[in-house]
Amino acid sequence: MHRKRIARDVIYHIFVIAFGLLMVYPVLWMILSSFKMKSEILGNNAPFLPSVWVFENYPNGWQGSGSLTFATYFRNSIIVTCLGTLGTVLSSTMVSYGLARIRFIGRQFWFTAMIMTMLLPGQVLMIPQYIIWNRLGLVGTFIPLILPKFLGWPFFIYMMMQFIRGLPKELDEAAMIDGCNKYSIFSRVILPLLGPSIITTIVISFYWIWDDYMGPLLYLSKPALYTVSLAIKGFADAQGTNFGPMFAMSSLSLIPVFLLFLFFNRYLMDGVTAGAVKG
Amino acid sequence: MQATRRKPGGRLQGSFLYRDNTVGYVFAAPFIISFLALTMVPMGLSLYYSFCTYKIAADPVWIGLKNYADLMRDATFGNSLLVTIQYVVIGVPLKLIFALLIAVLLTKPTRAQGLYRAVYYIPSLIGGSVAVALVWKQLFGSRGPIVTLIKALGVKGFNFFGSTTWAFVPLVLCNAWQFGSSMLIFASGLKQISKEYYEAAEIDGANAVKRFFRITLPILSPIILFNLIMQLISGFMTFTQAQIITDGGPNYATNYIALNIFKEGFAYQHMGYACAQSWIMLLIMAAVTGIIFKTSSSWTFYES
Repeated sequence: MHRKRIARDVIYHIFVIAFGLLMVYPVLWMILSSFKMKSEILGNNAPFLPSVWVFENYPNGWQGSGSLTFATYFRNSIIVTCLGTLGTVLSSTMVSYGLARIRFIGRQFWFTAMIMTMLLPGQVLMIPQYIIWNRLGLVGTFIPLILPKFLGWPFFIYMMMQFIRGLPKELDEAAMIDGCNKYSIFSRVILPLLGPSIITTIVISFYWIWDDYMGPLLYLSKPALYTVSLAIKGFADAQGTNFGPMFAMSSLSLIPVFLLFLFFNRYLMDGVTAGAVKG
Repeated sequence: MQATRRKPGGRLQGSFLYRDNTVGYVFAAPFIISFLALTMVPMGLSLYYSFCTYKIAADPVWIGLKNYADLMRDATFGNSLLVTIQYVVIGVPLKLIFALLIAVLLTKPTRAQGLYRAVYYIPSLIGGSVAVALVWKQLFGSRGPIVTLIKALGVKGFNFFGSTTWAFVPLVLCNAWQFGSSMLIFASGLKQISKEYYEAAEIDGANAVKRFFRITLPILSPIILFNLIMQLISGFMTFTQAQIITDGGPNYATNYIALNIFKEGFAYQHMGYACAQSWIMLLIMAAVTGIIFKTSSSWTFYES
């Protein structure tokens, strides 16, 4: 009996690990390819590991294909992503507190509007939004990518509302008695308790904005403003079959997201699920 | 209404700035602004443009229902709808089944559980990126490792991206590969199922498969509904991967609707026509979501 259980456990772990390796295989393949000679990346005789580790792909890729290097693109991505994430956190905490805790006229209407917006696919609005930004003369700047994030992101508002609803109302009432008003309850009571939810929002919005391709594709026409995702696509088109440097830059582009995930993985695992299940 | 009260400091709590209506609108203001300026106004404009012929450099010219009439005869648009529906009908269930099975597999409490979940979440973390799309393009390309393997198994001259029949497969797989967030949502639902149900069923002699279909599935049904709706919406609007991996080809076989709208609007400058396509797509999605919600009461199960 005991033996049978151990055997079952071993089979279980072997299966889960093997399948896990299959899942990360594309990532491994990309990273290993970035260290290979051109002739070893594709074709019938491509080895799994590079026969000679080639490091030149990284400096070669970093030079980019035009006059700009990847330093520019990384700088742009960092600006757009950090400001966008900051905006998302500020606006979404505010709105979620307002909708979850304050009883005001029209609250139900705005809550419904928020859910509808969450379910509305952004691609439906890409043309009219582009036209508006174009009329305002802001196409070709970071503003269409950053400003909307300061105006609330329904997915995160909803997630934080679920979190706030889980906090006991007695906390607010006690703070009222101690002389807090509805503004200071937000800054002194709710905001400090929102920690886990804020971390989840930071991680997810960071990687969504970092990975975003359609927004930069629409709004950033000058190479000097390209984000990393747009630059890699352009680089791949310009390089043709020279895949080593392209995979090198692709691997680099994923590092910030991986680092963030590594640090905050635990919070993320809890946070993603909070919205869906309690709702 | 909150009564007027004096704080120890002597400030009026009931003054305009501190009323619930004021506070509520102050906090909700960012969303209200974006809802009006970035959702409602664009939707209104889009509806108006869909009745116009419009290039970005010139003013829109009203042409009534012509765009919609043209859409009915537009083979490219019709094909876009068809291939999008094919992608959704095959891709979404595949992803959800995958997510649910892995979630069930990872309910087993082991010391490595957290690590396993993290590893299985990695594809979701990076799957939407350009980097992964470029990898996918070569991984499934005619000289990539997957096709090399298929050829080694004896299928001669096989090529995903050269074939109108098979080109969608790598795209569907790329989407299914990102099952991580659905998996986490299922996992937390599974955690909440009371062990007693399973114990009782075991005593009654129900085997694992029976327990899964009779207990797990019904109790998870509200979560399945949530995941289904979210995945349907993102599936209908798939863009980045298709744009980079196949750019709609070969011969429009993966020319999904979001890609088609993008090309009509920005490459051909048919902005009014593209808006009309968006509206048809939105109506179809609303109808599908509506039908699922309406019928969901018959297949979702809520514990009382």
